[in-house]
Amino acid sequence: MGMTMIEKILARAAGRDHVDVGEFVVCEVDMTVLIDLQFATLWASPTRIADPDRLAVIMDHAVPAPSIADADGGVRARAFVTQHGIERFFDVGRHGICHQVIAENGLARPGEILTCTDSHTCAGGAYNNAARGLGPIEVYSIMCTGKTWFQVAPTLRYELVGEKPTVVTGKDIFLHIAGTYGDATNHNLELGGLGLASVPMNDRRTIATQGAEISADFTTFPVDDLCREFLEARSDRPLEPVDPDPDAGYAAVREVDLSTLEPYVARPGGVANNAIPISEVEQRPVNQCFIGSCANGQIEDLRIAADMLRGQKVAPGVRLIVTPASQAVYTEAVRAGYVEAIAESGAIVTNSTCGACFGYHMGVLGAGEVCLTASTRNFRGRMGSPDAEIYMASPYTVAAAAIAGHIVDPRKVAIS
Amino acid sequence: MNDIIEGRAWVFGDSVDTDNMYPGFAMKLPVGEAAKHVFYDLRPGWTDEVQAGDIVIAGKNFGIGSSRPVAQLFKHLGVAALVADEFNSLFLRNSINFGLPALTIPGVTAAINDQDHVRLDVRAATIERPSDGVRLTGSPLPEFVLEIIEQGGLLPKLVADGYIPTDPAQIHGSGQELSA
Repeated sequence: MGMTMIEKILARAAGRDHVDVGEFVVCEVDMTVLIDLQFATLWASPTRIADPDRLAVIMDHAVPAPSIADADGGVRARAFVTQHGIERFFDVGRHGICHQVIAENGLARPGEILTCTDSHTCAGGAYNNAARGLGPIEVYSIMCTGKTWFQVAPTLRYELVGEKPTVVTGKDIFLHIAGTYGDATNHNLELGGLGLASVPMNDRRTIATQGAEISADFTTFPVDDLCREFLEARSDRPLEPVDPDPDAGYAAVREVDLSTLEPYVARPGGVANNAIPISEVEQRPVNQCFIGSCANGQIEDLRIAADMLRGQKVAPGVRLIVTPASQAVYTEAVRAGYVEAIAESGAIVTNSTCGACFGYHMGVLGAGEVCLTASTRNFRGRMGSPDAEIYMASPYTVAAAAIAGHIVDPRKVAIS
Repeated sequence: MNDIIEGRAWVFGDSVDTDNMYPGFAMKLPVGEAAKHVFYDLRPGWTDEVQAGDIVIAGKNFGIGSSRPVAQLFKHLGVAALVADEFNSLFLRNSINFGLPALTIPGVTAAINDQDHVRLDVRAATIERPSDGVRLTGSPLPEFVLEIIEQGGLLPKLVADGYIPTDPAQIHGSGQELSA
């Protein structure tokens, strides 16, 4: 039997012709990314590392440091990169959420493996990369040894057909999949099909990022013309993408007709079997709206926010927080006038960081509050109090709610 | 690590996520303080009741969510092993890599009740309730994974291989697992 996309990448990295579902393989890791939390929580300066050229250090979760512990982590990170000659160091000011910085710098390359201490590392799958999050001690170990092991999981194939409507984003496509099919625990996701041409790279990354929310191992996309164009602008080496074999074996093949989708909303407590079309969701009043994170802090997300908010006002009693995914996104949004349009509406545009997405700083929710978020995760307590309710939707839907003061179909709010 | 672990079972449901075990606010605290907030919302007060040697059992998709090292907190509390109908793979690896046995045994939450005294065979991936002989078998972990658990996780191995200074005091945030 042939191999799926992810099986081919794992086989290549393991130096094998073929791998089967269920097998354990030891793989060389092409790129490993350390984040600020690693240095703030579990850290010892290593005596030696596998390869400084296969390592990047990115400051993202807690910047600028909101606590002395985080600041001390920064001290350790800077000492480490100096000692070991790490060139790919993205310190505060040239930083961003690691998955955004990985994308901007072409660190997740087709056919290769990338690991990082953040569960949304699967974002790199948008670029035909086997990317996944691992625990802090495992990432530390890979930094030292250059390799780790994987068990080959069965793959679920999503065949995209039809053309995506403009107001339907990667978030809505993902929430449709999560709401319809539920968890994909111990499975890989593979997306492709003729409909993919209508899904821009930013939306593919939103989908790949959120694979973690249905518990998938890896989420991968093929390299088509759009992806090739994106990657060639960020790469100095030839690309070696993988495509699935025609006779690859899948646990299931599911078709998604993009042309029939509408905006989706996930209700509080997770996305699996918990996301529904906007036409069916309750119009809850909201206290906080958030557009940001590795899933939705991309420049296209800020453009959507600016287009929705230009000439409008955030409703009284609502806080809208917009967090660019990187310093590069932030500066581009300033140049394009997005920051002006967003800020003049009464929203807050913050510096780039993971921030409110993980309930750590810059937008923590209080008890009894309702939030509509375009970020990664809506577990109970994720963004602050366990007695807050977190709905999830696209940047269109979040911006519309910020203007209306309650959850509303963005197609019913005029875009200036 | 002993292959046989006996202890009291704490049984939880499906899709217990990492925010339930290692909430964002606890990430600002040292391991010993953070450990006081495990299941803070799901089962308030649990960390006062759990005792060294207890076993945490959960349903499907156990540990969906972050890479936060929940296993460090469990080890600090003295939890001896995790068992689930099904694990999220990141959470499973995180547990193994901190030297905490984690066994996948489908049907475990249907068969075992909260507070039952149970006996695990880590190598054979079995759970047994001695009081009535109920016994379930899961999928055994491969030998190289068992070795990671036996040596106490990846940290002692990295120390032994000379990647990390041997002085535990130089390992920031390592909690107790290095000496365990």
